[in-house]
Amino acid sequence: MRYRGASVRRLTLPVTGWVQRFSFALLVAASIGMLVLGRIESNFVERLRVGVTDTVAPVLEALSQPSATAAAIVEDMRSLADLHGENERLRTMNERLLQWQAVARTLEQENLAYKELLNLVDDPHPAFITARVIGDAGGAFVRTVLLNAGTDDGVRVGQAAVNAEGLVGRVVEAGRRSTRILLLTDLNSRIPVVMEKTRVPAILAGDNSDHPRLTFTPVNALFEPGERIVTSGHGGMLPPGLPVGEVVSTNSGVARVRPYVDWSALEYLRVLDFALPGILPATRTAGPAGPLP
Amino acid sequence: MRSGLWYRFEGVIRGLTPFILTLSLALLTVVPLRIPDFAPVTPALTVIAVYYWSIYRPDLLPMAAVFGVGFFQDALAGTPLGLTALVLIIVQYVVIAQRRFFHSKTFLVEWWGFMMVAPGAAFVSWLFASLYFGVLVAARPLGFQLLLSVALYPCIAWLFAQVQQYMLRST
Repeated sequence: MRYRGASVRRLTLPVTGWVQRFSFALLVAASIGMLVLGRIESNFVERLRVGVTDTVAPVLEALSQPSATAAAIVEDMRSLADLHGENERLRTMNERLLQWQAVARTLEQENLAYKELLNLVDDPHPAFITARVIGDAGGAFVRTVLLNAGTDDGVRVGQAAVNAEGLVGRVVEAGRRSTRILLLTDLNSRIPVVMEKTRVPAILAGDNSDHPRLTFTPVNALFEPGERIVTSGHGGMLPPGLPVGEVVSTNSGVARVRPYVDWSALEYLRVLDFALPGILPATRTAGPAGPLP
Repeated sequence: MRSGLWYRFEGVIRGLTPFILTLSLALLTVVPLRIPDFAPVTPALTVIAVYYWSIYRPDLLPMAAVFGVGFFQDALAGTPLGLTALVLIIVQYVVIAQRRFFHSKTFLVEWWGFMMVAPGAAFVSWLFASLYFGVLVAARPLGFQLLLSVALYPCIAWLFAQVQQYMLRST
């Protein structure tokens, strides 16, 4: 019996090698085929991807909890060490903010009065969904995060994701219980913005670096370092006026922007439901993997 | 009293260990650790796993399983679907082809082998990502990722060796 098994194995050995090489070629072809398919038929590939993320979302949700807790503990320890200094800082900041509040109240009244005079059509007030970050890209090629809310909660492709600091990115894939946010810094991110003061429009284009650059700027536009940049609302998908970042450098004609968001501390994001009706058909999706619009 | 069925079940579970470990590492790759600037340079944990198991127990991590893990990681991480899958099966193919060289050598040889394989894997992924996106993707984070993976290799290999000793001795 043993002898027969050995001889059968000896007979099948070349076949096994051949099968292995064949399966290697087959799987390489399958991978490349999938990459090509992702380029030309991104909808199908995205549905596949959303299916996987939706299935794994509960597991990721549980797994991301301990790391969030650990980060919170570290943060607590750090703030404990500097309690006195922080208290002092907060006190001065509070004083300053109270002054700002007074200014803001006056401006609000003034603004309201002007709006009434001009009979201005107001932008719809965005409703929002708050969700927790349960996954990040974990790789060198894309800058995305996963949230634990999906279409069941009202998230739609194209909506803006913000936190307290400013614009984080926008929704590119929405599953039933998970959502992928394309961060401002991703290679495929394009956000219509304006300079807050000069109202010069531009497109903020990510390139996987920490400082996305301003493109499609008017020929003679000047960008001063430190200038604030906000969303323009062009295209109607993002609410206008969301803080984005400030210009940090204008080397060789390319202005770069430092986003306000602290990328390492993304924990809860708000997804803004702003979309003006009829801008994007419901089925259209664009992803980190998809072609640029 | 343990029945034959239970034994068989236990055997199946033991046999699945390398696959489950590799899959868990794929999952771990996307868990946010909230360490500043860590996400773009997250070590290539699945490359480590595929390298290790292809040397020691390639029979327990068939190529289709490796492909599945790559597909799974691509779907979760948001990378072009097929990219990690391609890199992982190439890593496995290369390691199995050179398996005789690594087997029953010292750990240093094994680690050195990883230092040879990991840059190759990084280059393949960079090449295909650049082709896919149509621009030369920044390679700097990839370099850091590579360093981290090489530095982390001994820890993960040690863990795998423990698992292998306790779980897979009898199979």
